[in-house]
Amino acid sequence: MCLAIPGRVVEIAAETPQLALVEVAGVKRQVNVDLLLEEGLAPGDWVLIHVGFAMSKVSAAAAEEQMRMLQMLGEDIEAMHEVEGYEFGEELGKGRAS
Amino acid sequence: MKYVDEFRDPRLIRQAADEIRRLARPDRHYRIMEVCGGHTHAIYRFGLEGLLPENVELIHGPGCPVCVLPMGRTDDGLALAAQPGVIFAAFGDVMRVPGTSGSPLEHKARGAEIRMVYSPLDALKLAESRPDKHVVFFAIGFETTAPSTALTLLRARQLGVANFSVFCNHVTIVPAIRAILDSPDMRLDAFVGPGHVSTVIGCRPYEFIAKDFGKPVVVSGFEPLDILQSLVMILRQLAEGRSEVENQYARVVPWEGNLPALKALSQVFALRPYFEWRGLGFISQSALRLRDEFAAWDAERRFTVPGIRVTDPKAAQCGEVLKGVLKPHQCKLFGRECTPERPVGALMVSSEGACAAYYNYVHRMTSPAENPVDVAL
Repeated sequence: MCLAIPGRVVEIAAETPQLALVEVAGVKRQVNVDLLLEEGLAPGDWVLIHVGFAMSKVSAAAAEEQMRMLQMLGEDIEAMHEVEGYEFGEELGKGRAS
Repeated sequence: MKYVDEFRDPRLIRQAADEIRRLARPDRHYRIMEVCGGHTHAIYRFGLEGLLPENVELIHGPGCPVCVLPMGRTDDGLALAAQPGVIFAAFGDVMRVPGTSGSPLEHKARGAEIRMVYSPLDALKLAESRPDKHVVFFAIGFETTAPSTALTLLRARQLGVANFSVFCNHVTIVPAIRAILDSPDMRLDAFVGPGHVSTVIGCRPYEFIAKDFGKPVVVSGFEPLDILQSLVMILRQLAEGRSEVENQYARVVPWEGNLPALKALSQVFALRPYFEWRGLGFISQSALRLRDEFAAWDAERRFTVPGIRVTDPKAAQCGEVLKGVLKPHQCKLFGRECTPERPVGALMVSSEGACAAYYNYVHRMTSPAENPVDVAL
């Protein structure tokens, strides 16, 4: 739960700007980027993800270092399980009045 | 220095370690608390204590959310899980936390509807897909995870999801630090400030520690070199008679924090008048509850929560370890009755708990037998 997982933004769909398709070590998942909208986010940017939410924008070097840290702490597999486990994707709220 | 080969730049590590030795006065003992459990994990994993002179002691602080949660709150959560029609959703760390009658995982095995989720948004999605059920999300964590719960609740309100609620156990780190500073047996000289919590709250909230208590605070990254550099910055402040808040982790932590996250927190949460912390007792204004506007999504208002209070197992000395009075291995249960595989106390549950970190990286490496219980028997 306290893992900060580094991921690279691949795509932000115009119709769901609060979600970004993010790639983490080859796995692509939607994460929530509400907290970084003000700061501005574009494909290619690197972010640190906590429980499905991108919490901070970081440099590519800081992202790489974070992944290395997770490996050294033996938490990289857990981190990948977490990312693979995100299910909310674009489905949340589909078909409901908002 | 068993892990020294793995350091990315052993030369810089040695330089920092030398600088620490140079700055630490031999006639003085330094007690420095790393607040965050992630730092505790890294310190044990990289054997950093082995690089420090004997008079520079690291005290492992309260920054591990499942470790400081009193057992009664787990029991309360499990009481919610036992309500008819409820699906109880929790993070993986919570699933293994022992309650009086077993962990959530064990309750699940006995038939309770308990699901592990990786994100609060997944708990909300579960509620949307199961309109016949009510999903209670067990929210836990410091300011690192609290914004995600806040945004999930804002989303739930926006979508009008009525069969979803949050059992809120979010705590805030600053009042815990203040409680430690106020305690009569406090003998700390400085703090290594938490990294990820600070990405949300920034560095300003720590200023009272420097100004009112005269203790340096250095917000630190998690690399071995980050932690050693933070110790250098702390010892330099102490040597020069300064007490300031400094940010070693500026590449990730903005001084002002994450303003949208702080806004979401204030929209959704209010401070509880007090909250119980394992090992530290009741601390005023140290935890979050849902604001009245979110009462419909507050599990503690929708259901009757028993409000169970449980004294920790007598032999377990979690409190003393949490306050830094005892080292993990000095607890009577450590490595015998209490192991990461079968935790008695919460400090053994999470990889960020001081006991689990000590067990995994020090005890296992130095113990003649993998399982001392077998030897004892």
